[in-house]
Amino acid sequence: MVILQAIIDGILVGGFYALMACGLTLVFGVMEIVNFAQGILVVLGAYLSYALYSHLRVDPFLSLLITIPGMFLVGIAVYWTMIKPIGQDRVIMSLLTMFAVGTIIEGILDLVFTSNLVQTSTSYENSSLRVGPLIFPYVYLYAFAMSAVLLGGLYLLLYRTRFGRSLRAAMQNTTAARLVGINTDWVSAFTLGIGVGLAAAGGMVFGLTNSFDAASSYDLISRLLAIVIFGGFGSLGGALIASIVMLVIEDVVAVVWSPTWGQTTFYIVLIIILLLRPQGLMGRRAVRAQ
Amino acid sequence: MTATEVTPVGAAAPEHIPYELPRPARWGGTGLLLAVLVLFPLVFPNPAVTSIGVFTMIYLTAACGWNIFSGYSGYISIGHAAYYGIGQYTVALLAMHLKVPAGWDTFGLLPAAGLVSAVAAVPIGFLLLRVRKHTFIVLTIAVMFILQLLAFNLTSWTNGSGGLELPIATWQGSFFNEPFYYVGLVAAVAACAVSWWVRRSKYGLGLLSIRDDEDRARGLGIRATRTKLTAYAISAFFVGVAGGLYGPFVGSVYPQFGFDPNFDLAVAVLVFVGGIGTLAGPVIGTLLLIPLQQYFYLQFGNANLYLIAYGVLFVIILRLLPAGIAPSIIRMWRWFLLNRRRAAAAAAAGAGAPGPAAVVAAEAKQVKP
Repeated sequence: MVILQAIIDGILVGGFYALMACGLTLVFGVMEIVNFAQGILVVLGAYLSYALYSHLRVDPFLSLLITIPGMFLVGIAVYWTMIKPIGQDRVIMSLLTMFAVGTIIEGILDLVFTSNLVQTSTSYENSSLRVGPLIFPYVYLYAFAMSAVLLGGLYLLLYRTRFGRSLRAAMQNTTAARLVGINTDWVSAFTLGIGVGLAAAGGMVFGLTNSFDAASSYDLISRLLAIVIFGGFGSLGGALIASIVMLVIEDVVAVVWSPTWGQTTFYIVLIIILLLRPQGLMGRRAVRAQ
Repeated sequence: MTATEVTPVGAAAPEHIPYELPRPARWGGTGLLLAVLVLFPLVFPNPAVTSIGVFTMIYLTAACGWNIFSGYSGYISIGHAAYYGIGQYTVALLAMHLKVPAGWDTFGLLPAAGLVSAVAAVPIGFLLLRVRKHTFIVLTIAVMFILQLLAFNLTSWTNGSGGLELPIATWQGSFFNEPFYYVGLVAAVAACAVSWWVRRSKYGLGLLSIRDDEDRARGLGIRATRTKLTAYAISAFFVGVAGGLYGPFVGSVYPQFGFDPNFDLAVAVLVFVGGIGTLAGPVIGTLLLIPLQQYFYLQFGNANLYLIAYGVLFVIILRLLPAGIAPSIIRMWRWFLLNRRRAAAAAAAGAGAPGPAAVVAAEAKQVKP
């Protein structure tokens, strides 16, 4: 029963990790850039929701109506100012650029919010739904529902709209997409906006369920990158499965063995998987050259 | 595999212009730099200044070491803090269990720190080098975090988050930094010498050909895995030595400062700014950025503004000099040579040849970054 509870916890938490990881993998799929700042952007989202709640008493879930569009614009601005001017050697240069952007954001967050740990605490923070011996904290249930809605929306956007078709075309082959008249610059800018917007949503939940400061971003980004690699770069389904698998493994190991070994176990599973399938669960195999 | 791969000859250029500064400038510059570095603590004995010097030497060793693998093979590792941490823990644990007295004796443990790192790098590298490009980058970070978590969790060995104390050297006040500085300088010079040797050797050519096109290099008979793995172990050695120097200098070892994600990126940044895959790049990048970073750190207090200033500076450098400082200098020098030759040719035979801008542009296209 303890293990069942751990599995349920893992699935619920995995839901919102999937949001953040999808943002990362989508951006990579379209632009071939590794958004190393995703960790600190999640923390930025967490701080925004925290500030809106503690100063204006806006419910964290409602605050998404403000933070997601705001962060979307941040993403677009970052694309035009930072990513677009990069010419050659995009993977590496973008990684370094996004690291620099992350450093700047980290410095600003430290300056504004100091380095004390904070947590968004709501009225329903400690209440939970009990089904027999199993416990479902409301925060996680709401977060899971929100993640499902947002991921569903993302699915509709990608597979049922004209923009989604352009985005998938850019993902398959940027040059060919440009040849058939798709403005790949705007598609890329919107994609980065969506990725950063998803980071805002994930960050809100992160701030609700963890105490955090700007330095939490390192732990976050290493987990997110691991999830994205595990699922296969550029694969949304892979990111979804990988997030849930990772969190379930972590929670189960934490229960049956010791909480300190949960994350280590996940990384070890990651390495074993990659030895068998270097492209990750659902990634495309790299073709020639490095 | 011919020697032309090291200094590609511009086919578009009617005359060959070397991709290096002239020999007197190279050797003279190296000698001058070495003299300045040797005399530096004697001229500025202020402990605050020499401590910046020590950090610079530690990072110089690490950056040169990192460049031997990531610069020459094209596999970017941002997990080399793994070996920085291993080096620190090796020195701390050996000093503790062998009861090595503080002071000069701890420097005797540096080769051990390097060797343990290099030995650890062989199985890790064997696993990691099966994947390429961004997957490799991310896996190196993952390995670094695994080791950090192990350092946190193997409490009986590493004392977990409590960290390990190292015996503090008993050197008096103002003299405290100098031994670290000079040992660091020796380590850095050794790292640069190995880097130089690799760059000039047949082994290094194999490594560079892997960077340019790994599958073709394999086809030409390079034993790619072995070549990459050796370079990985060599670079781990020097990063381990840097860690072994850092531990005794600050007097303690903690998982989050030993296996430090900031270190990973700092080293990559230094080399990128200086010019990745070049001999002088890591040296220029480190000598420029680490003193600046330490100055910002001292100037702006413990965080915040320092991070912002550093980040902004980094963005500016990436934007202005995407190829790095060393390649930009070389490019300017070639531009100058070409202009001079054109002027001489024009004076001798009148105009008619394509302009220097066109030739440099045509050559630049052929050079892989």
